[in-house]
Amino acid sequence: MSTNSQLGNRKLIIGGFFCLIVVIYLCRLFYIQVIDPQYKLDAEKNAFRYMTEYPVRGYIYDRKGKLLVFNAPSYDLMVIPRETKGCDTMGVCEVLQITKQDYLKRMKKACQAPNSPRKESIFEKQMSAQTYAALQEKLYRFKGFFVQKRTVRRYPKPIAAHLLGYVGEIGKEQAEKDVYYKEGDYIGITGLERSYEDVLRGKKGTQIAITDVHNKIIGRYMDGKYDTLAIAGKALYCTIDRDLQEYGEKLMQGKKGAIVAIEPSTGEILCLVSGPSYDPNLLVGGKERSKNFTKLYYDSLNRPLFNRALTAMYPPGSIFKLIDALIAQNDGLINRNTVYPCQMGYPPMGGKPKCHAHGGGKNLTGSIAASCNSYYSYVFREIVDQRKYPHFIDGYNHWRDVVKTFGPGTRLGTDLPYDKPGNVPSVEYYNKVFGKNGWRSNTIVSLGIGQAELTLVPLQMANVVAIIANRGYYFTPHSIKGVGIDKKLDNRFKVKHYVAVQDQTAYLNVIDGMQGAMEPGGTAFTNRLKDIVVCGKTGTAQNPHGDDHAVFLAFAPRENPKIAIACIVENAGFGNTWSAPIVTLMIEKYLKGKTERPEVEKRMLEGDLITKNNKKDALKIKHH
Amino acid sequence: MARNENSVFYGVDRVTLIVYVLLVIMGWLNIYAAVYDEEHQNIFDTTQKYGKQLIWIGGAAVIAFSVLLIDANFYTAFSYGFYGFFLAMNILVLFLGKEIKGSHSWFRFGSAGIQPAEFMKFATGLALAKFLSNQNIIINQQFRLRLKDLIKNYKNTVFALLFIVVPLILIIKLQNETGLAIVFIAFIIVLYREGLSVGFLIFGILTAILFVMALVVTSISGLLITLAVISASAFLFINRSRKNLILVVIVFIAACGVVLTTNYVYNHLEDHQKVRIDVLLGRGTVDLKKEGYNVNQAKIAIGSGGFLGKGYLQGTQTKYDFVPEQDTDFIFCTVGEEWGFVGSTVVIFLELFLILRVIFLAERQRSDFSRIYGYGVASVLFFHLAVNIGMTIGLMPVIGIPLPFFSYGGSSLWSFTILLFIFIKLDSNRLLILR
Repeated sequence: MSTNSQLGNRKLIIGGFFCLIVVIYLCRLFYIQVIDPQYKLDAEKNAFRYMTEYPVRGYIYDRKGKLLVFNAPSYDLMVIPRETKGCDTMGVCEVLQITKQDYLKRMKKACQAPNSPRKESIFEKQMSAQTYAALQEKLYRFKGFFVQKRTVRRYPKPIAAHLLGYVGEIGKEQAEKDVYYKEGDYIGITGLERSYEDVLRGKKGTQIAITDVHNKIIGRYMDGKYDTLAIAGKALYCTIDRDLQEYGEKLMQGKKGAIVAIEPSTGEILCLVSGPSYDPNLLVGGKERSKNFTKLYYDSLNRPLFNRALTAMYPPGSIFKLIDALIAQNDGLINRNTVYPCQMGYPPMGGKPKCHAHGGGKNLTGSIAASCNSYYSYVFREIVDQRKYPHFIDGYNHWRDVVKTFGPGTRLGTDLPYDKPGNVPSVEYYNKVFGKNGWRSNTIVSLGIGQAELTLVPLQMANVVAIIANRGYYFTPHSIKGVGIDKKLDNRFKVKHYVAVQDQTAYLNVIDGMQGAMEPGGTAFTNRLKDIVVCGKTGTAQNPHGDDHAVFLAFAPRENPKIAIACIVENAGFGNTWSAPIVTLMIEKYLKGKTERPEVEKRMLEGDLITKNNKKDALKIKHH
Repeated sequence: MARNENSVFYGVDRVTLIVYVLLVIMGWLNIYAAVYDEEHQNIFDTTQKYGKQLIWIGGAAVIAFSVLLIDANFYTAFSYGFYGFFLAMNILVLFLGKEIKGSHSWFRFGSAGIQPAEFMKFATGLALAKFLSNQNIIINQQFRLRLKDLIKNYKNTVFALLFIVVPLILIIKLQNETGLAIVFIAFIIVLYREGLSVGFLIFGILTAILFVMALVVTSISGLLITLAVISASAFLFINRSRKNLILVVIVFIAACGVVLTTNYVYNHLEDHQKVRIDVLLGRGTVDLKKEGYNVNQAKIAIGSGGFLGKGYLQGTQTKYDFVPEQDTDFIFCTVGEEWGFVGSTVVIFLELFLILRVIFLAERQRSDFSRIYGYGVASVLFFHLAVNIGMTIGLMPVIGIPLPFFSYGGSSLWSFTILLFIFIKLDSNRLLILR
């Protein structure tokens, strides 16, 4: 026993060693269980499958409650490659009408990154109803396949494609930036679908399923306690008048250009036509979608995807004289009785800009009705060179600042995406072009008649006429009356924006002149309406690339105006020939619900300027 | 327990018994949780593992009772007999047993099986106790270089080591059961308690450290230079005698030998063993989907339990089979996930408490045999505990050995029961005779 007593302390060493190991283990356990969160995250990734329930996208109605956009069910065939053991492969091929090679190719794609054989991926996108019906009967034989229900957009009338925009698969980068989306989700890409994506999309629902190590679904996590239901998107009540929009698109058939109509008292956009347009049903999912998109995208002659109403910047031409007349009166430079000479052109510059025969010098109202170029060259100079300003550059900046309050050169801030600001050239720009001190008011006098570098988009043109109809203010043009059942509208569309001209006599004189344009001696006399007092203004915008663009804007009726509208038809020549008939037909249609000038209507509907111009271009190329 | 001297339970240590029963019940409940699925909810369903475990538990109760029933003298008298018998069984199994996954360690009886290697543990414990208590061996602490002294001093040590090494080599080499074999290393602790020179342990620990370092450190020559510097600087602290010089040189040469043979040894391991070492040491790239899967999933399951756990039967990781072997070697994952840090601590403390209790009981024995056997029990249990839990939390390589009293399996439960209850029986007789 002597040895035992000698070695007695070894029991303590052994016991201490055991305890030490256990303490080390407990520290380690404390670290991985309590401190390090990584394992909890990994565990969720392991065992939960988040299944998405897609919400129904909000419908879109027009201002009278007529349907513009609804949803149709669509079915994607999904596959989890690992679970396809024992699947009736030939059956799948038969139903989808694909070859075995196709099947294997798709299956390979579903197995490769970023897909995975353990995870679901799309095998066939948006099957037709017939395919779906045929498939459903046999689905039990197709192991590893299942159907994911989604919805696609449908349009009862093939109109308003540019305004409504389209929905498409989200881009990879965007999906990474925005946590709401994941790859393969749909998102509004243009138009209202884009602007109101947040309210239209609703909210995705999630079901949390528990999966085992084979990724097989075992059941619902906590019996669905943490599942969320999909919330349908809110309906959108549009300011568009479906009938007016449809009629406008018909009138613009075969023409390039745009029609924009605004209700002056609210700033609501009544129609937004861009020609040529396309059937929005072409761009809803499915196999056809990308084919159609490519076709539209590469149609360089017509550029149907190009929304001219918001993004095409046109020189305004003579319609700009209205703004000059207002500014000059407001500055006290001219009055109703001011007369300027006209000798088929602007005398100080040797007859440039040119003018047309309208019977000599006119007073203010007459100059508007007859659209005298000389008159507004004088007016422009009066404004720029007025005595108040020591230097003409200050005068020019004054003119430019006032013009900008009417919209040109600024984004209007409408609720539609991608609107362009147009252009009112700056002093710096001219200094660069002509050199400092290298230019005078007369150098740029064609600005006064809406030419040169001055450009507006059609929406801005319509807004200008709305300002005149309102005599000095506008509401930011917008295309939505309200969102959801309570029709909530953004407060920014309820704010009156006053322009820099508030002289009511000035407006009265200009409106008289516009009314005069529709009367004998006026530029648009041939398009006058019998029982509606229309105040209009023609414009002919010179176009360096070809024939002039025909512009016309108008509001009606004169008292308590209901519609302010602008129309531009590319390469159509004089404003009264194409644009004025279209505008007056639209006014008739909107105010009376019908048109009473069948011969004008027929000429407009049948006029195919695109084919005509294309032929002309082809001929030109031959001559060269 | 019974006060009656004739009762089976006379003198039985109640604390040990209660902890044993607690562990077995907790193990069974956790096996139920690990295997649990909605279709088979009956815990007594014998087509499921938890139902079978209940049968094993019943068998263990019978065995425990029988062990207590037999006279304590039987174990001392037949110590070598047990050793010889089970050694023979372990050889026999090579010829009569069925091969399962490359190992030759199972006797099959229908769907059940018995591994004789499991029972080799208590037999070795008995034989070692017998040998060490009969010989007044232990071991001169003086270090002499003369061969005659060496033989005289270490003859018994070598014999004692043979009791350990023979079954170890038999099981590791012929039966191909590394996990079962490696447990026998635990008996070194018994030898240490009985006087094995600390030098041996230090030597062993240094060898292990050097082995690991040679695998982790990329520059072997750097490691050798470091060793040389350490050896040289040893002279600063010890008496610069000729004897010490030779000692240091021997240690240095041995250390270099270990370092240089490390790669040879490593390369001659089985592939899965290499991988397990790589996973533990983080050598090379570990693919979490393949070789790193077990340990990673085990850590995920335990780590996701948090402080209080997810609740009984609420573990998603173990219930849905993400963790492999979760009812046997990885049963601790279920504990970690469903009972959290608190539950894990309770289980580890219970196991540790049982082990320390055995040591405490061993130290109060008047018989050397009982004390030595007790240390054998404590060492084997602790080795299982340390390796089993260590591998689930990534501190030990994956070695397939069960958590005592907890893991599913008849062989392991029965062998642990026999191991422990022989000691309980010996302890119950401690006042009666001096063996």
